[in-house]
Amino acid sequence: MISADISTVLPEILLAVYAMIALVAGVYTGKDKVAPTILFLTAAVMVVLAAMIGLSGGGTTSAFNGAFIDDGFARFAKVTILLAAAAVLVMSKDYMLRRDLLRFEYPVLVALASVGMMMMVSAGDLMSLYMGLELQSLSLYVVASLRRDSAKSTEAGLKYFVLGALSSGMLLYGASLTYGFAGTTVFSGIISSVGEDGMSMGLLFGLIFLITGFAFKVSAVPFHMWTPDVYEGSPTPVTAFFATAPKMAAMGLFARVMFDAFGTSTAEWGQVIALLSLLSMFLGAVAAIGQTNIKRLMAYSSIAHMGYALMGLASGTEQGVEAMLLYMAIYVTMSVGTFAFILSMEKDGQPVTDIASLNMLSKSHLPKALALLVLMFSLAGVPPMVGFFGKLAVLQAAVEAGYGWLALAGVVASVIGAFYYLRIVYYMFFGDEDKAGIDGTMSPVLWVFLMGSAAIMVVGMVNLFGVDGLAAAAAQTLVN
Amino acid sequence: MDNLLSLITFIPLVAALVLALLLPGNDEASQRNAKMVALVVTSFVFLISLFLLAGFDPADTGFQFVEEHEWVLGLKYKMGVDGISILFVLLTTFLMPITIGACWGVTHRVREYMIAFLLLETLMLGVFCALDLFLFYVFFEAGLIPMFLIIGIWGGANRIYAAFKFFLYTFLGSVLMLIAMIAMYLDAGTADIPTLMMHQFGTEAISIAGWQVVGGMQTLLWLAFFASFAVKMPMWPVHTWLPDAHVQAPTAGSVILAAILLKMGGYGFLRFSLPMFPVASDLLAPLVLWMSAIAIVYTSLVALVQSDMKKLIAYSSVAHMGYVTMGIFAANNQGIDGAIFQMISHGFVSGALFLCVGVIYDRMHTREIEAYGGLVNRMPAYALIFMLFTMANVGLPGTSGFIGEFLTLMGVFQVNTWVAMVATTGVILSAGYALWLYRRVVFGDLIKESLKSITDMDKRERLLFAPLVVMTLLLGVYPSLVTDIIGPSVDALVSNHQTAVLNADLSPAVSVAAQH
Repeated sequence: MISADISTVLPEILLAVYAMIALVAGVYTGKDKVAPTILFLTAAVMVVLAAMIGLSGGGTTSAFNGAFIDDGFARFAKVTILLAAAAVLVMSKDYMLRRDLLRFEYPVLVALASVGMMMMVSAGDLMSLYMGLELQSLSLYVVASLRRDSAKSTEAGLKYFVLGALSSGMLLYGASLTYGFAGTTVFSGIISSVGEDGMSMGLLFGLIFLITGFAFKVSAVPFHMWTPDVYEGSPTPVTAFFATAPKMAAMGLFARVMFDAFGTSTAEWGQVIALLSLLSMFLGAVAAIGQTNIKRLMAYSSIAHMGYALMGLASGTEQGVEAMLLYMAIYVTMSVGTFAFILSMEKDGQPVTDIASLNMLSKSHLPKALALLVLMFSLAGVPPMVGFFGKLAVLQAAVEAGYGWLALAGVVASVIGAFYYLRIVYYMFFGDEDKAGIDGTMSPVLWVFLMGSAAIMVVGMVNLFGVDGLAAAAAQTLVN
Repeated sequence: MDNLLSLITFIPLVAALVLALLLPGNDEASQRNAKMVALVVTSFVFLISLFLLAGFDPADTGFQFVEEHEWVLGLKYKMGVDGISILFVLLTTFLMPITIGACWGVTHRVREYMIAFLLLETLMLGVFCALDLFLFYVFFEAGLIPMFLIIGIWGGANRIYAAFKFFLYTFLGSVLMLIAMIAMYLDAGTADIPTLMMHQFGTEAISIAGWQVVGGMQTLLWLAFFASFAVKMPMWPVHTWLPDAHVQAPTAGSVILAAILLKMGGYGFLRFSLPMFPVASDLLAPLVLWMSAIAIVYTSLVALVQSDMKKLIAYSSVAHMGYVTMGIFAANNQGIDGAIFQMISHGFVSGALFLCVGVIYDRMHTREIEAYGGLVNRMPAYALIFMLFTMANVGLPGTSGFIGEFLTLMGVFQVNTWVAMVATTGVILSAGYALWLYRRVVFGDLIKESLKSITDMDKRERLLFAPLVVMTLLLGVYPSLVTDIIGPSVDALVSNHQTAVLNADLSPAVSVAAQH
């Protein structure tokens, strides 16, 4: 049995072992001098693992008495997580190296966080869930304050830690209530403890506390307060990481628990998530309007986007999960491209984050400006960019599941949100000709990511590269 | 040629890509290259679209040149034209080379300008050819992006405000339509437009938050589509984005906006509202008719007091679009024929009027009516052409403007005499503002110093106007050119509409809760 169990968790074990070896190797060899090597090696390992997971056969297996589940849903999420993490690592090298930030611990911590995330989306038990979640969170707290000599970065790390610990506490409280009333921590046990006449009051309380914890991790309103500060304070590559892989993981975990442990009570949690979704979409749209710092703006934008993804989850249907997965995959791709650009924003060699510094970028660097334009319209959900198809999928799922009001609110919020994406376009294309903008130089690596992401957003409208089919297959294994 | 429509639609896109990727540079030679490429490609597309006309069988009321392929998320890529849409396709391909010609004098970021127009052509043609709800939506919405850029980059002094207003206004309208489309897709199980035209959406009254909605689902869907098309059209009172956008847009942008983009609203009413929600259309027709009547009188009065030429013509466009909505919702043969005719004619006439403004704007760099006067002394050819289009705008018999106005008024008269009466005053008012504008700009003595050295139109400008003059007069004396093509399709539309209205069941649904 144990060998079968181990082969199921092999990717996680490999990545964890790799992280340990890299850590030791880093300590005993050149320390920060070998950091670039470790960084690329980590990215390579992640890509290989993503390929390994992606190409492994279908089917659903579980290990360790149901504590770990390997199914299509988990594989879809893991591939997205690993690829996003690898992309962010590769993108961060130049930026960190030039600012003397590139510690060899950074790739190791990202790898450990990724192990945590993979555990999260595969969790089949409240214990393994919490282990994965904490492994991820602890690694993220540290990378947030990677720039030790900066007050803002330290503040970001501390804020994230304190609020994260609070949410973990709530989650644990929810988990203990659930355990108390269901008598088991295994998801399959919890779901079978929900009787014919619905769930007991205690279990419902547990569910609500669990949702609160997850909402914090996906930064859904009203548990979003940490997001703008952490996004702003963290070094930009770390922000890029926060905006991509952990979001996918948290959303995957959210869906996993809702369906595997509470799948028979969609009506109960559907309403709660619908409310979270509604608030996130509107707050994300409205609060971003006043932002002048592009990192804070992206933070609010991510809150709004999580709102749309939650709309898919709130539907509580297979289509809803499919839409959510598709939406997340598209969102992660867009974010990678956008952050590739943000990483390159420099004026006179100094990093800038003010959106006014994008002034007349189209004049000096048209291809880059066009790529960012495509990404902005895609984030706003304007067709024919791929971002629109993600929105269409969640809206369709929501209307079908009877959440017409939520879909209606969602599109209204998307119009409000369009304003601030347009404002970035406005600076790039219609700005003041006399004011100087950013330098516009960009390392080839970042250029490739920016252009690649933009190209995917345009070319993807032809067939979405088949991701919709994969998402549908993944959703089917979760909701059955 | 079973993919003729796709060819027509996507050739401009390919040209835009070629311009963007293969012909970089912004020196004078590459600017000229960009203009030439755009002109040749748009002319070429027009020529191919004539094959479309040649192969089109007007007697067939179904869709022709249909192409169908699988697309993402269970959607389909389906294109096709019927008697109504083929005219809009031809209008677009016909006007594009003229538009490109109109920006020959532009020197600011020419390559991007041409790319934007080529993209816009693809998207506009896509709107008129799409036979799948979501494909239509993609084209319909995507058109906002190039137009946003055209207004924002090449527009006048207050362009930023106008670009944002244009984008957000129309975006809000369209997203409501998106929700309605999703609801339709789920109700009918298909996004195929020809099938949906046959589908009966529920008309049983439903109650929402204590309000009885007569006409039920159809009314709700109709309202959502109305939100989008009324903004696009634009109808009073959601027309306020148009004068801003027009005034700030560059000449060629104004031409496209007035001549083609506004027609998407009317086309949408004909393609969706009327055939898919006949009962709701019938129920809400009085609302639309009165809104149109108000639009005609109110915006004509507003046009009278404008001091900016472009704004004046923009308000007159809103008034003319009032005739279109009025004709469409009269829902009889004359009304709809007239509405389509009015749209086609307005495409030529308003396009030409904006070009007329462009001609003197290029020389004097002002659109203030005050700044002109007595132009006939120095610009006789211009005075003649401007006169012709002013008359067409007024609706003088013998020009295309007359046919559309007359037919729509006749259609409406049979349905609602009062509306027709109010709307008819618009004809007088339009004569008022148009002729007054003409007198102030062209006639009188040439006393302004700045105008003493103004030159008449050059060869390029005359060449631009020639096809528009021909079409305006030709359609004015021989309207069957249009009505023969649209006739059978309109007949089918009207008879389907009337059958559906007669068979409608508006009684409230038996409440599900009461049965239990």
